Amino acid sequence: MRDWQTLLILIGMPVAQILLFGFAISNEIREVSISFVDQDNSRYSREIRQKIDASNYFKEGVEIYDTQEVESYFRKGEIKMAIVVPEGFAEQLVNEGNGQLQVIIDASDPNTASLLSNYIQAIVQSYLDEFNRGAKPPFFIEVRSELVYNPELKGAYLFVPGTISVIMMLISAMMTSISITREKELGTMEVLLATPMSPVQVVLAKVVPYLLLAFFNAVVVLLMGYFIFDVPVNGSVPLLLAEMLLFIVTSLALGIFISSITSSQQVALMISLMGLMLPTILLSGFIFPVENMPLPLQVISNIVPAKWFLLIIKGIMIKGQGIAFFWKETLILLGFTLFFVVLSIKKFKIRLS
Amino acid sequence: MKVLFFILEKEFRQIFRNKAMLPIIFVIPVVQLMILSFAVDYEIKNLKLTVVDADRGVYSRKLTEKFTASGYFHLLEYTSDNEEAANLMHGWKTDVILVIPNGFDKDLMNDEVPLVQLRMDAVDGTKAGMAAGYSQAIIRDFIFELVGEEMISMNKQPEFLYKGEVIPINYYNPYMNYKVYMVPGILAILVTMVGAFLSSMNIVREKELGTIEQINVTPIARYQFILGKTIPFWVIGLFEFSIGLVVARLVFDIHVEGSLFVLYFFTSIYLFLILGFGLLISTVTATQQQAMFISWFFLVIFLLMGGLFTPVENMPDWAQKFTYVNPVRFFIEVLRGIMLKGAGFTDLLNQFMLISGYAILLIWFAVRRYKKVDN
Repeated sequence: MRDWQTLLILIGMPVAQILLFGFAISNEIREVSISFVDQDNSRYSREIRQKIDASNYFKEGVEIYDTQEVESYFRKGEIKMAIVVPEGFAEQLVNEGNGQLQVIIDASDPNTASLLSNYIQAIVQSYLDEFNRGAKPPFFIEVRSELVYNPELKGAYLFVPGTISVIMMLISAMMTSISITREKELGTMEVLLATPMSPVQVVLAKVVPYLLLAFFNAVVVLLMGYFIFDVPVNGSVPLLLAEMLLFIVTSLALGIFISSITSSQQVALMISLMGLMLPTILLSGFIFPVENMPLPLQVISNIVPAKWFLLIIKGIMIKGQGIAFFWKETLILLGFTLFFVVLSIKKFKIRLS
Repeated sequence: MKVLFFILEKEFRQIFRNKAMLPIIFVIPVVQLMILSFAVDYEIKNLKLTVVDADRGVYSRKLTEKFTASGYFHLLEYTSDNEEAANLMHGWKTDVILVIPNGFDKDLMNDEVPLVQLRMDAVDGTKAGMAAGYSQAIIRDFIFELVGEEMISMNKQPEFLYKGEVIPINYYNPYMNYKVYMVPGILAILVTMVGAFLSSMNIVREKELGTIEQINVTPIARYQFILGKTIPFWVIGLFEFSIGLVVARLVFDIHVEGSLFVLYFFTSIYLFLILGFGLLISTVTATQQQAMFISWFFLVIFLLMGGLFTPVENMPDWAQKFTYVNPVRFFIEVLRGIMLKGAGFTDLLNQFMLISGYAILLIWFAVRRYKKVDN
């Protein structure tokens, strides 16, 4: 803890992460470079082109006359889509009521690709609907959608709790495991063990600073979420803090366990990275919903403590749930903690071989 | 040259002596690719649906069936109790509630417009947005079907409407498989993480254990030392990359569209860049813990800003400018370009200039920062 450099980074990291998540990262497409190939050159095609140019989603890049050229621009990454209005579009539209356009899309990113073609479809249809005014279908159902808990669809409702859990894992589990193995690697652990302190005391003394630091960081993230991104705490604050403390202790137990089975810092680092950080980021439901994953991964996700913790804090913060809704999750976390504490005490007692 | 050879021998021995490290080096790429690619999927399926049906008529049942038959929803509860549905949502049990009002059938038949409510748990905004999109499409289809049926039974001609049809032609990923897009990106992350972490902890380790002073008193030149430290990880990095490629081919059936030679050419330059980055961190830190932390800090920022999950084009302008100093962004572009689109060297000239420029810069810095004299 002596060195202020690490301290600075530890405090700066969650701040930087939250700011990036909040301000830089977005799923919303904007100003995608496209080309418009107008082979019809009719009133309709020209007006569709105007509508597309007027939207914020698209901007026209290179001028293309031949659809054969499209691919070379895709390879360079200069455009993402080419809209082709084939010859005879207007004729078909007027005679049959059905006009077909082609969109050639760089679909290497399939999500963006389907978003793009949906947007074009919507723009074209809303343009044509101007001609359809007055015609009413014989049946109609009015749909009213309500977005419960998060009417503005803010991403912050997910990334603030998610960042808290990642930070806690990072500081309490990863840092702890490395700092204890460090003492082992440098041989200072033996010195400490030779003092009248019991091994448990030695380990406790090592982890308390990390506990405080993790807690402090989590509170910083919480406050930033509240003041900058309007992420509420609808449930009880003391309960939230208590659950955060519980999760920190769980992570510390994991960190101690890792350090009890490794002897070099590099190995401890790799195990924490692969075994803790990646699952916490990917399998906990932080970014990707667990229900979407194939069954084996869903099963694995059950042994990722962060999954349960996220359910708890999202429940408290956003849904305003009380303990009745997550006593099971809390018990699971307690169970993890006990399991790893007992396991590491067993491992540790055997002394250093 | 001979000196360099000795350092290399020492480094390789040190790496391969460590019994715990070897399996990690082999296992990481496989596990990472498998887990990440399967976990990372934005396509939303299996939404839990609760239907509050106050009508219990023929059409309300048909609408419910339409939802469950779509493949996106599975029916959790079919009830007429609003309260119960709200409780289910409060406890994460259901994602979507569809409320069908009393008199739904009658209204539909009598040319009135019934009001159907959709309530989405929006804590996860992306999921809620997609659920709303699916539901609306299903209801629209339902109406079209109804119209079609009635038209036939009443023997009427549908009214003439202008309809625009957009036919997407999807290049490079015709089955719209998200994994195809993610695997090259994850390969880039793999190379970056392994390279940065291993190399950043390496020199620091010698410092921490005090062995660096023994090296400092030998006649080894700075560049020899740095090269000796770099080349082993360069070899390991290329090796990991190759394992990753094999996994991509065997498990995900992703063939490299472009030239393998260009792919390896870029990867080897990029590895020098990322190793230079690791070594630079190594020279400015005193303990492995610090080194790890600083690497983690930068890597997280690089990854978030690298366009792995969310396209760089979606970012605000200031953030896009910032990504110009983010090597990960360019490497992801290179891998996706070569592996998926078959891009050649000339298509990636900009990326080549940037990556090799940063590589030279970082290694030069690292050599300068490494002082043989302790202060």
